Amino acid sequence: MTTTAKVEESLFQNRYLLDADNPHIRIRDPEICATSCEAQQCAVCCPAGCYTVEGRRVVLITDGCLECGTCRVVCDTHINVEWEYPRSGYGIQFKFG
Amino acid sequence: MREMVQAGMPAQAGNSQTIQTEMTASADNAQAIQAAKLATAASAQKFDVIVVGAGPAGNAAAYTLAKAGLAVLQLERGEAPGSKNVQGAILYSDALERIIPDFRDSAPLERHIIEQRMWVLDDESYIGTTFRSNDFNKPPHNRYTIIRAKFDKWFSKKVREAGALVICEVTVKELLRSKQGKVIGVEVDREHGKIYAEVVILADGVNSTLARKAGFREELKPKDVALAVKEIHFLPRDVVESRFNIGKDEGVVIEMLGKITRGMMGTGFLYANKDSISIGVGCMLSDFMAQKTTPFELLERTKAHPAIKPLLQGGEMKEYSAHLIPEGGYHAIPQVYGDGWLIVGDSGMFVNAVHREGSNLAMTTGRMAAETVIELYAAKKAMTAGNLAAYKQRLNGSFVMDDMKKYKNLPDIFHTNKQFFTTYPELLNRSAYTMLMVDGEGKRAKENAIFNSFRERRTLFGMLGDAFKLWRAIR
Repeated sequence: MTTTAKVEESLFQNRYLLDADNPHIRIRDPEICATSCEAQQCAVCCPAGCYTVEGRRVVLITDGCLECGTCRVVCDTHINVEWEYPRSGYGIQFKFG
Repeated sequence: MREMVQAGMPAQAGNSQTIQTEMTASADNAQAIQAAKLATAASAQKFDVIVVGAGPAGNAAAYTLAKAGLAVLQLERGEAPGSKNVQGAILYSDALERIIPDFRDSAPLERHIIEQRMWVLDDESYIGTTFRSNDFNKPPHNRYTIIRAKFDKWFSKKVREAGALVICEVTVKELLRSKQGKVIGVEVDREHGKIYAEVVILADGVNSTLARKAGFREELKPKDVALAVKEIHFLPRDVVESRFNIGKDEGVVIEMLGKITRGMMGTGFLYANKDSISIGVGCMLSDFMAQKTTPFELLERTKAHPAIKPLLQGGEMKEYSAHLIPEGGYHAIPQVYGDGWLIVGDSGMFVNAVHREGSNLAMTTGRMAAETVIELYAAKKAMTAGNLAAYKQRLNGSFVMDDMKKYKNLPDIFHTNKQFFTTYPELLNRSAYTMLMVDGEGKRAKENAIFNSFRERRTLFGMLGDAFKLWRAIR
């Protein structure tokens, strides 16, 4: 079975207050992702598709983040995800939850 | 200090405006004495209790504390209570009834549940059970579908009416500790954001950055949390009712197990709301890590299942959400009290995954934490670890720890026995298909074929062992 739907289209339904240029999640050392992390499971497990793999590098764009914490928890070998809640009032604002 | 509250606290005004408005609103509804006490606390920036988080656990705690006349400050990082919260969602009446007995008069409830379906799915079919009873139509109703953003706003309004000061759009950065390590307050990410309290109740959810940073709790382990993704689809009310064969305000719950989770330990759910349907699927994070399907794809595939797709047909998807559920069970519960602090709800890993119960445990632990604090205040005792240990005793003496203990080995059994999510669902469905096909083959031959198909996939000893393991884990 194939699914053609894109996660971006679903995220488009959500409401966010974006904290431009102030991402609340950061990859501590991108070199570790590119050279030491075979699995790169953040790219599979993030429900919002915030992590993509380009070549061997992991690219993080937090705009669609659902603030679930998955990326931080799955990065349990290299502990390479620095994860905070967005600043006061910013981020996802669930309409229904 | 007063300047610090006024400059640091207000969410957007950046001056004393917000806090003054909040104070006035509180005074309208609470007893004058409490309002005065709260005003003093706000100007001194020192409260009896600070509650971090406005989900079910935090709201239950703040409500109970404020009702008892304590000066309570509750902080929430979302723009409104509920705007950071995600749940299926089913509300179990009992836990809320013990806090707000007449909640049914004002709470935004979707439908009371009269029918529960359990589906075991393979790719093409499901086999399952349905229990529907008119007894469930008799008030007071036991379970409701709810929409959390609406429900949490309502609960928060009750908290304010009870006399607590609730401030949204405030992210707590860290706990303030004394030299001896006692928690004495919180620091928020507003200017001059230090606020003090005798005790801080952490109701900050599954990720609990505060408890982790303070070293009260370890990082979550992938095997102890499930990642659930969910969508809400809107449909006209009469369409929902005809599709599920239900009347006004009657609701249906479908719990799903089997190949929709593609071999991972997990379940799916579908709940009928008033004019919408909540559909979701969740699996253990350790299982997600061991394969290549994204959570989004998993949900898309679940929605496309031939038994599920017609139920969603024509609906308008209005939100896609995700949430971690602490499903590590009894063994994963951290230390829940210490000098000047208590942990309640998801932050303390209080979830009974077997019975799909989380928010009721959140409300119950929130209430019990509050009752503990109220008792200590009444007895003029300090909020030390030794005295706050009464909270753990309260939990131990209640259904909370009873239930958590009862299923303490179940997570491990499912982790190491994936046949419960793959082989058995498939075999059950194929068996039903074989028995129901009228194709000229005798029933005895069909029974033999079914028996052999089980034997081929799993040895007799394997099946007996599985049955025994399950029985031991849930008895």
